[in-house]
Amino acid sequence: MTPGARSPGRAAAFVRFALRRLAEMAATLLGASFAIFGAMYLAPGNPADFLLSGRAATPAALKALDAHYHLNEPFVEQYLRWLGQMLHGDFGRSIEYRTPVAALLGARLPTTLLLVGMALVMVLVFGLVLGWISAVRGGAVDSTILVATTFAVGTPSFVAAILLQGLFSVELHWFPSGGSGSGPGQLLWHLTLPALALALYLIGLLARVTRSAMLEALDHEHVTVARSRGVPERQVIRRHVFRNSLGTVLTMGGLIVSTLVVCTVLVESAFSVDGIGQLLDLSTTTKDFPVVQAISLIIVALFMGVNLLVDLVHPLVDPRVALGTRSVAG
Amino acid sequence: MSDTAQSDPARLDPARLETVLDIQRLRLRLPRTARPVLDGVDLTVGTRETVALVGESGSGKTLTARSVLRLLPPGATTEGAVLVEGQDVLSMAPRRLRELRSGAVAMVFQDPRAAVNPLRRVGDFLTEGVRLGGGRGRAEATERAAAMLESVGLEPAALRQYPGELSGGMLQRVVIAAALMGGPRLLLADEPTTALDVTTQAEVVALLGQVRQRFGTGLLFVTHDLGLAAAISDRVYVMYGGRIAETGAAADLFSRPRHPYTAALLASTPRLDGPRTRLAAIEGRPPDLRAPLPGCAFAARCPLATALCSEQNPRQLPVAGRADHLVACHHSDRLEGSTLHG
Amino acid sequence: MTADLTTDRAADPATDRTAALVRRPVLTRIRTTHGPLYLACVVFVALITAVALFAPWLAPHDPNAVDLGNALAGPSGIHPLGVDASGRDTLSRLIVGARTSLLGPLGVVLVSTVAGVAVGAAAGWYGGWLDSLLSRSSELALAFPGLLLAILIVSVYGQGLPAPVIALGVAYLPYVSRLTRSLVLAERERPYVEAYQVQGHSGPQILVRHVIPNIAPVVLAQSTINFGYALIDLAGLSFLGLGVPALTPDWGQMVFDGETAIQQGYPLSAVLPCAAIVLTVVAFNVVGEHWADRVARRESHE
Repeated sequence: MTPGARSPGRAAAFVRFALRRLAEMAATLLGASFAIFGAMYLAPGNPADFLLSGRAATPAALKALDAHYHLNEPFVEQYLRWLGQMLHGDFGRSIEYRTPVAALLGARLPTTLLLVGMALVMVLVFGLVLGWISAVRGGAVDSTILVATTFAVGTPSFVAAILLQGLFSVELHWFPSGGSGSGPGQLLWHLTLPALALALYLIGLLARVTRSAMLEALDHEHVTVARSRGVPERQVIRRHVFRNSLGTVLTMGGLIVSTLVVCTVLVESAFSVDGIGQLLDLSTTTKDFPVVQAISLIIVALFMGVNLLVDLVHPLVDPRVALGTRSVAG
Repeated sequence: MSDTAQSDPARLDPARLETVLDIQRLRLRLPRTARPVLDGVDLTVGTRETVALVGESGSGKTLTARSVLRLLPPGATTEGAVLVEGQDVLSMAPRRLRELRSGAVAMVFQDPRAAVNPLRRVGDFLTEGVRLGGGRGRAEATERAAAMLESVGLEPAALRQYPGELSGGMLQRVVIAAALMGGPRLLLADEPTTALDVTTQAEVVALLGQVRQRFGTGLLFVTHDLGLAAAISDRVYVMYGGRIAETGAAADLFSRPRHPYTAALLASTPRLDGPRTRLAAIEGRPPDLRAPLPGCAFAARCPLATALCSEQNPRQLPVAGRADHLVACHHSDRLEGSTLHG
Repeated sequence: MTADLTTDRAADPATDRTAALVRRPVLTRIRTTHGPLYLACVVFVALITAVALFAPWLAPHDPNAVDLGNALAGPSGIHPLGVDASGRDTLSRLIVGARTSLLGPLGVVLVSTVAGVAVGAAAGWYGGWLDSLLSRSSELALAFPGLLLAILIVSVYGQGLPAPVIALGVAYLPYVSRLTRSLVLAERERPYVEAYQVQGHSGPQILVRHVIPNIAPVVLAQSTINFGYALIDLAGLSFLGLGVPALTPDWGQMVFDGETAIQQGYPLSAVLPCAAIVLTVVAFNVVGEHWADRVARRESHE
């Protein structure tokens, strides 16, 4: 603990740290993109055969392939050219649909964003609240929530999707069982069940993590001190128990977002929602590799980006955290 | 240790002062124990008095102090009364209790690093009691916080800092300043110097003395350190096994102890002056809470113990000639006439 | 507050080995007062493993026998759990499906544990440039959520279990290797290691004969929990039609088949495989957590 760290020094250290993490992220992205690019060489035979996968090898098709992959050049050059194009937003052409991948993605992106957004809100609200209640109330309430979250964490998103569909859609007719409706109001209603299916597992996880962090924080002396000074109990919990647990919760941010995004593949398929997840499923089945590559790269980049954000925000939430360490204790 | 306490003009005859704290026959039971963890504690503190509560760990001294703020362990049941300025803390309504906690009574805790939330600024810590418990406005509270910081010798700039940026001694001063925020009439200090190094200990003790003088508060000083208690307090309570073993004026107790436990404690305190002797530790351990204790709590370790001691719990009786010196021992007369070099 | 806080706080006072466990959010500890829950889960794990092992002898009917005339019938004497949309006996499919549904995750756990321990132990023991190299490379795998890597591989190799199993094994490897590495780092400081070195045993010998067996309980506890994750991921793949080949009974596949059944108002053939998946994952999680807990507590008592 350095007494009286000066502000200019702290800001400079922060900038240095941010730059270093950015560089690390770039390096990892580079490695990941290499893996994503190189995957097509894993298949037996030559890449062009694999990419076409039984479709007609027309001159037009081959030309389209070449424009994106430059298959006649040396391997490293291929990769660099491909990477350069990706970075510029040129994601190539879908072999199946013969349209630019970027256009395909763009059309579906809003739906998936909305779905993930809704799910994220559900995860944060239900997860934090359930964890709080569980930690503070204890007793039977705690046991009930604990059992419920145990099962939530054992429920994959596609199972949740099917069960929710069965109960709330087919049986009770409260929600539609698929599609994305027409118009924004309909969209929200259509996406409610999918968002819940996406969120369920993570709600259970976040509730447990929050509960555990808050239980630990409840033991700390400064909580008793606050009570001893007349601070009302709810404020004590909010300002000293919950607040001190946020650091731990924050470190889960990357996992939560990446799980949400990846699981859209399952949920959108189950509910026939025309988002990016469904596209990934379709293009994997039809071996439309450029699409698979593009979506994979985006997901990885998103994951890294969120992790970076978490790392940068963490010192703000917990001033004790030295820049660069992800401490567990709240 | 300096002898400023001897010449302290604030050390007046307790009988003429107002009583700010009056603990009457306090009994505290915890679940799954065979005997009460506090067993009939009587204790008073007057305004402007410094009273020391001395005992080893497990004696119940911290619990006694915490009960004044009704900071009881979960599941605890109580008998008796803890009167602060005439009102019983144990049966107070919650709102009145909050007022008391944010005003009349304040506690200085042992480990400042643990007592202050490391994620919130010092200013937040100082003002939260009077703002959230006492309903004062933010501006008013911040002003007062700055004033309190100055009275403990710190810069108001510390308000914006995080606890991690302050040293242990500075942080303990912050804790003391925070205790003063509500204008308390009674300060409870729970081993406030144990977590600090010796130099800082002296500073903190001096500070507490100044504070007491300046603001006219009563001080209940809980400690295991006899030397410290002797130096700063007017009166002393010695506690063992959840019961008060002996109580009296500080000088009296330490020069002429009447309870074998007090005598043993004194004998085991290392001294810098005088001949070097073997460090005499007290054999044995404090009594287990899971066993009932019909007799004297100290009987198992007491060199003067007889069969009577294991059967009958001695009552507190005044020592011959001194009405304010009480001792709970069947055989305290055996110690009469012996003095320890004080 | 009646929570048994010792179990909930077991992670922190112990060495940083359990801190490494938390990086992959290990589900927080269930209190030991849930003794009966733990026992029930152990029994279930044993039961389901037995079912998977003896599946061909246990299944009353051929799981692939189609009988369209009897589609979506409810439970009856011949078909205790009913039939699915193609008239196939649900009970038989569940039993035979247990094989593939459990075999896949087992493969994932084997790959990730063996490779992860090898990588982590080498990195932790030898340190230096080897450590940097191994750690950096395994960090790369961390960039890929498991399911994504599996999907990527399946898009190259098509349907079939071996490819995604290896892909998931690679995706989980860094969690195992990081845990192993920090455990090995801690073990290396222990006196018995130096004692063996002085006696002339070589590094790899000590590592394999003594260090790894000592850290095995913690690693195995984590692997048991990873089993649950792998089950979820693989079943999801099968649900998408990207995992097991089309005609193999598999719980994930059964959930997919059951979707039409649900929409026609006959939920049983969908709900049952869902229940099978959830119960199995929960059971493995509880058992794994309990072991991890016990090991952590044993450490903090040493």
